[in-house]
This record gives sequence, structure tokens and C-alpha cells, in this order.
Amino acid sequence: MQKTYDIAVIGGGLVGMAIAYGLAKRGQRVVVCDGEDNALRAARGNFGLVWVQGKGGTCTDYARWSLHSANTWQGFADELFARTGVSVGFQRPGGFNIAQTPEELAIKVESMRKLQEAEPALVYEVLDHDALAERLPAIGPDVAGAIYSPNDGHVSPLYTLRALFTAFEQAGGEYAPNVRVTDIRQVGSAFRVSMGEASFEAGRVVLAAGLGNRDLAPMVGLNAPVKPLRGQILVTERVKPFLSYPTIYVRQTVEGSVMLGDSAEDVGFNDGVTPDVLADIARRGIAPFPLLKDVRVVRAWGALRVMTADGLPIYEASEACPGAFLATCHSGVTLAAAHCETIAPWILGASRPALLDHFYAKRFAA
Amino acid sequence: MSTKIVDLLVIGAGPAGLAAALEAKRHGLAPLVVDENVLPGGQIYRSVSRSPLADPAVLGPDYLRGRALVDAFTAAGIDYWPQTLAWQIGADRRVSITRQGTGGGTLQIEAGAIVLASGAQERPFPIPGWTLPGVMGVGAAQTLLKASALVPDSPAVLAGCGPLLYLFAWQLINAGVPVRAILDTAEPGGRREALRHAGGALRAPSYLLKGFKLLRAIRAAGVQHVKHVESLRVVGAQQAEGIEYVVDGRTARIDTALVLLHQGVIPNTQVTRSIGCEHEWDEAQLCWRPKTDAWGETSLPGIFVAGDGAGIAGALAAEPSGRLAAAQAAVKLGKLDDAKRDSRALSLRRELAAHTAIRPFLDALYRPADGFRAPADDSTIVCRCEEVTAGDVRRMAGLGCVGPNQTKTFSRCGMGPCQGRFCGMTVAELLAQAQGCAVPEVGYYRIRPPIKPVTLGELATAVEAPDFLSERAGFPK
Amino acid sequence: MPNVSLLKSLARKDGATVRMFIEGTPVDVPTDMNVAAALLFAGVTACRTTPVTGSERAPFCMMGVCFDCLVEIDGVPNRQGCMTPVREGMQVRRMDGARSVA
Repeated sequence: MQKTYDIAVIGGGLVGMAIAYGLAKRGQRVVVCDGEDNALRAARGNFGLVWVQGKGGTCTDYARWSLHSANTWQGFADELFARTGVSVGFQRPGGFNIAQTPEELAIKVESMRKLQEAEPALVYEVLDHDALAERLPAIGPDVAGAIYSPNDGHVSPLYTLRALFTAFEQAGGEYAPNVRVTDIRQVGSAFRVSMGEASFEAGRVVLAAGLGNRDLAPMVGLNAPVKPLRGQILVTERVKPFLSYPTIYVRQTVEGSVMLGDSAEDVGFNDGVTPDVLADIARRGIAPFPLLKDVRVVRAWGALRVMTADGLPIYEASEACPGAFLATCHSGVTLAAAHCETIAPWILGASRPALLDHFYAKRFAA
Repeated sequence: MSTKIVDLLVIGAGPAGLAAALEAKRHGLAPLVVDENVLPGGQIYRSVSRSPLADPAVLGPDYLRGRALVDAFTAAGIDYWPQTLAWQIGADRRVSITRQGTGGGTLQIEAGAIVLASGAQERPFPIPGWTLPGVMGVGAAQTLLKASALVPDSPAVLAGCGPLLYLFAWQLINAGVPVRAILDTAEPGGRREALRHAGGALRAPSYLLKGFKLLRAIRAAGVQHVKHVESLRVVGAQQAEGIEYVVDGRTARIDTALVLLHQGVIPNTQVTRSIGCEHEWDEAQLCWRPKTDAWGETSLPGIFVAGDGAGIAGALAAEPSGRLAAAQAAVKLGKLDDAKRDSRALSLRRELAAHTAIRPFLDALYRPADGFRAPADDSTIVCRCEEVTAGDVRRMAGLGCVGPNQTKTFSRCGMGPCQGRFCGMTVAELLAQAQGCAVPEVGYYRIRPPIKPVTLGELATAVEAPDFLSERAGFPK
Repeated sequence: MPNVSLLKSLARKDGATVRMFIEGTPVDVPTDMNVAAALLFAGVTACRTTPVTGSERAPFCMMGVCFDCLVEIDGVPNRQGCMTPVREGMQVRRMDGARSVA
């Protein structure tokens, strides 16, 4: 490691790497400090949706922010491919939120209606069973219908992370794994980042360490009230293409395997899998797509989402320690493009979009 | 969806599992033995109770000795479910299993204690061309002989090192099947190292004698035995056509359609890892094994490992190992007091010691060479399922991947149906080499259930579960 | 599928066989065999092609840990041949890449 950098990004997950790459390609000398091989990494636990529909119920700007990122994603993916040769498998054919019963469909329709009223760009279609079966031939008989939105897509989150790593390093970025940041303090107009005995200095610091931000944020006058929320996922053997659109709980990857999710469990720092939740996820996948019943599950995993109390992001510049920034969200895949193309420039001094007005930690003050 | 409660669940019907079950019954437990295969015996005693061979004696006395154990087990009337897979095991000893055949299905077992006796697997032996049809493990070929009476039709080349290699060559010779050549990868330094453990070897004279006899018979049969082979490559377009080998820097080639590879066996740690047991690196055997106490109990209470799954020691050591675990399980389940257990353990520990004395000598003599654990040729496939090469793994290391999980994330290595069984060791070795550190520092894949792929339907019916969907109705995405 | 046989049978205790079908062709194999052994016995060199590159594969470990012996058995894809006993009338087909759903 060097002695000084322009910017230190703490955390090498999707949030950290998207920001780090965005900074590095804009000419900054960046180091990413990352944890151990078996650290809790939300970045490994993503479903891969680049998703807009349904978001924004409590804060329309969140839907707008997600849409802005989704609209930026194709360019982001193309650039990563051009720079690294890694195809992240981004596709945006639109996505489906499937309803098993007419009651469920009605609830979803109502919430979509309200969202579009608040923001016209949140377009959607309501499909009954027959209309849905035309788009998704694999759909089973016991499905009432679905909401479709052209705003939605999906991507391989792991290829995305790999592409970001590659692009970051090509742009001169330095990746420092197996690092445990123990202290960050302002030293003059810069920051000293300590990793036990060793340390280095950086002009700016970006906290993108997921659940680790909770302990790091106060060091630089910030607040990151985040908690873990576990999600479990199933991945099947490779299957010849049968599902060309992502749905909220089932999607087929570029390799052909089918991913099924998910769950939301408040179990602390436990990223294990449990038979009852896996059973439920399996059922939730078979219900709309009965032909999946005999497909084999090759992997299951659990990962911890990084959740604020309202599920909305925090993007904040420290007032007490100017030059320190916090970025946290639980939709690191959807927001990756915006993190690279909007948050990174903001960190470098570009004006903060009004779209992000709500995303300060002070909204949690009692 | 049904649940069955058992006091002792034994997973695996090889020598460790069978002995554990017999011991458990002896102490008043009612064990249930589950095993994936059709017949008891595990791999080492595969089909011993129902050999297809007109003359099973070609397999040798060690194999035939397994018959007595299997017969004793069968006669004991212990609950035994063949063709049964335990695919999810919890630290709470709740187990999801699927039985094949009539009356089969998926159910839950709640066990007072579990003895894991899943044994070993062949150590991965990644060489260029090892995925071609016509290449298989020596263990595989031996299983084809034991269970299906099949032998090589055209002369096969055996490559690698270790007792199983020589045993199988001897079995083929017994059966009148010519062996084209043995390409021996045991390193010159191995013998020197092994002699440091000569004391232990001399305490196990029967093992030494056995070994000498095998090697002498192989020599007498005139089998070409090339020693100190430095590298190997299987050549062929769609299938194996020959094998190239290097000795003293010189390359030679043998034409053959059948290449049998073996460089030792390693504990199968998929189950113990999936439950969350602690593991430790065994430098002598160059593999991981679950951490166990003197009774085979893992870091998780009530979960025991016996036999080769706890560390490679062979079939004869597996029996006392299984019995010790069962005796301790009986104590934990209140069926046996400490004093009786200790007195029973005396003879078991003597037996165990007698059969493990040879290990340090064999481990040193047949230590697999670095180049065969971390392939030098970048084109070598490391992950057979996802076809990830050694070069890919090295590239991931260059990108900053310090461990197998990050490597898996970036390269898909380990994401296939074998769930890392055939690549985990190799990836760890390659990463250790790239970083100049010891293999145990690199770590291993995070292993999770299902232990083997099961269908969504099986998963869906394995347990009763509340509907998590409704709990999430108001949750922001 | 059948090509050069790599394996042959030693003298067997009994000669009972079942008739199974490999790619629709009837083959008589000993009753105690598993599907992978039966394929090798019948002279099948490669039992599948991989979903990743379409490379040919054959049974490798014969003990259910390598997953190279995946074949379609009685219409069910990706079954481990080495873990499945043969049956009278069994239909075995090779796996060509990834499986389909319905």
C-alpha cells in the first residue's frame, strides 16, 4: 500500500466498487479497503434485479432515483464491457410482479396507480392470466395476473462486481483486501485511516462498508443507523432458456440457472439458510411456474441486506469532518449505475441532485 | 410432511457407520442408518455382500473381510434405509432426507445424536485432459470391478500414487487383466520423509508386508512402472487417446484409451462444513478435517464424525472409530455411564492405535506433489462443472481475490452441481501459491445445504412453513 | 452413442439381465448394474455434453461426487447414472448441455 491517496473507499462491495470506479475513471487515485474472503458481503447475496416498479410508496423520490439509475444502466454496462471485456448480462425487457389471486392483483394495481399518480414515469400494465401467458408461456394455471413495467430489468450481480473490479484496477485503482479499518480521523484537511498498526492518508474518505458503516460513521461525524435483514435465495441447475423476463421472485440468469427468492428475516448477523424459509421460497417459485417442480437446486445461500429503518438510502457528506462521505442502500444492484455516474461526481464536488434531498440520516432523529 | 424421531442417526453405511450402528444397538440405542447406495458397505466394501464376481477372491482378503461386518449388521436387524440422501442437516440435528424407491419421499428426522460416516473421496487430480472421456479415478475403476464385474478391455495406464493405486493394479493382475503401465508420481523425497516415521510403520508390520507384497507382485507381472513422474497430460480430441508424461525433463507418451488417476483420498467435508462444524488443516495429509475430540464429537454438540470423514486412516481404523463415537453418543443419550464407556473404550483405542500407526509413514511416502495439487499448466480445468481453468483462478488472484469465496464469486468456480467437491482443494492450493502463503490461511468455500442437488419440489415439501410472503407485504423493495 | 468399449466383464456369478434402452436402442445388461456402469459396459464413451462448452464427458468417480455421469433416465434429466440401479424397460438418453423444462 501507498502512504497517501486522493480517496479511500471503505468497502469493496457493489456500492463501494461502483463509487470507487466512478472516482478512479475521473482521474482520482483511489484505494478500496475491503474485508476478508468470508466477510459478510451483501454484494454476494443479490438477486440481480434492476428494479423500479413498486418502489416509492413512502418516498416518490426513491422511485425516481431508482428509475434514474435504471435508465443509466445500459450505458454503464456498455462501458464496463468496452473497458474490460466482461459482459455483465444486463437486460431490460421489463419485469413482472405476479399475483396468485385476484385480491393480490387488486392490491398491487392500487399501489401502482398511486405511484404513477405521483410520478408519471412509473409506467405499468395490468395483465390478466391469458395476457400474462402470452408473454410468459411457462406461467402456470393458478395465477390471476401480473403487473408489468418496461422500467425493469436484471443483470448478473457477480459479473457486475467482477467487471467493476477489473475496470477499477485498469483505471489505476488499488484494491486492498483482508483489511480491517480500526480508526479514521481527520488530520489537517486529510484523513488518516488506520488498520491496526498500519495506516495511510487520504484526501477524502467514502464509507461504503455496508453493515460495517455503523461503527465507522461516528468516527467522521456521520450516522449510519443500519441493521441486517437476512434474505435467502435458491439457485438451480442450468436450464435451457424458458423465461426471458425477470419476475420479482423468479428469474433466469444468462447461464440458464434459475434464481428464486426471497425472504426478509430479522435474525441479526446470521447469514445461514433454514429449511423452512427455503421450503417457502421453493413453493413461491413453483406456484407461478409449476414446471420448475422437478428442477434441481444446486445452491442455496443467505445474505444480510443493509437496512435503514425506512429502507431508503443515505448519501451524506459530513459537516463535522468535511471530506468524509457515507453511502448506504439495500439496492446496490439497481443503484450501481447511479452510484458510478451521479454519486461519484457529487463526492468530487458536483452539485447534489434534488432527487436526493430526503436521503440524509437526520430523518431518523427522534 | 412427516417427522421421525430417532435417538441415533448414522449417515453412511461403510465400515465406520456399520460399526457405529452395531455399537449403538449394543448399548440399548435404536439407531437408524441411512445411505445413498443400494447395498451396505460404503465404497471400500462396495457390494461385498452381493458380489457379481464369480471369483471375488481376485479382490483380495482385505475386501472379503468386509463381508463379516456387513453380515453382522444385516443380521442385527438395525433400521437401515438404503438409497436415501440426507441433504440438509442442522446444528439442531434436524435432518431433511429423501428416500428413493417404493414408499419413498421426503421427510424430516429429529435425531438425539448423529454419527456422520460419509467417508472420503478421491483427491482431485487436475491434469490437462483429465475431463476427457476415457479418464476416470482409480477408485472409480475399482468400484466398477467390485460392483459391476467390469475391468479394462484394453490395457489401461494407472497414474498417480498411493496404496489404492498399487492395490488396484494388483487386483487387475489377479484377474488376469494386463496393466499397460503405472506412472508413479510419488516424489523422490517422499521415501526420505517416510523413513522418519519408520517407527510407526514397524509397529504395523502387517500393513508394511501387504505393501511389499503388492509391489512385488506388480514387479513380477512385468508391469512398466515409471517412477518420479513430474508432469502428466492426457491427449486426445474427443476422448483419451494417450498420456504424455515427463521424467527427468524428458517427455514420453503411451497410447491408451483408458487412463486411471489417483493421488490419495481426502475426507469428505461437505456435510460437516454445511452444518458449521469447525475444521482444521492436517499438514501431514494435506487436507482439511473436522475438529473432533477423542470420541469423534465435532464442535457441535451431539454431532460426531467417524471413519475416514474425520481423517484418513482406512477401513480397519474406521470400525473402532465408529464404535467410539457410538459409545459416547450412548453416554450423552443417557444409555451408558462413563465408567462402562471407558472400559469399553480401552480395547477400541488399542485397535484404533494399531491401525493408525502406519499413517504418518504412508502419508509421507505418498505425499502428492505440489505440481499435481496446484497445476502449473494454466489450461488445466480446475472446476470440472463450470470449466474454470487454473489460469482463470490465477487471474482472479491477480484481480485481488484472496480466498476461494471471492474467487467463486468472480469466476463461478465451485458453483456447479458437485458444489466444490472436485475443485475446492485445488482452488485453495492455487490461491495459496499465488499469495505465497499456507493453504489453511486461504480457507475453503462456504458450503451450504442442500448437500447434493434436490428438486424444488423436494425442498418445498420438506417442512411445513408459514407463508413468508404475507410477512413481507408491506416491505419496501 | 455406442462406440469402442473400454471395459469388459469378468466371469459373473449369474447371468441375469434386464433390457434397457440407450437412445432408443435395446441393450441387455446385468441386473446388478447402475446406469453409468451399464453405459460403459454397452460401449458408450461419452454420456453427456456440458452446458458450458458442449464438451463430452463420461462417468469419472462412480461414487456420486463428480456429477459427470448425468443422464436422462425415464424422462427425468440430470440424474446421476452411477447412483441409479438399472431397471427393465429403462429409457436412458444422454444429456446435451443444459436440461429443458417441459
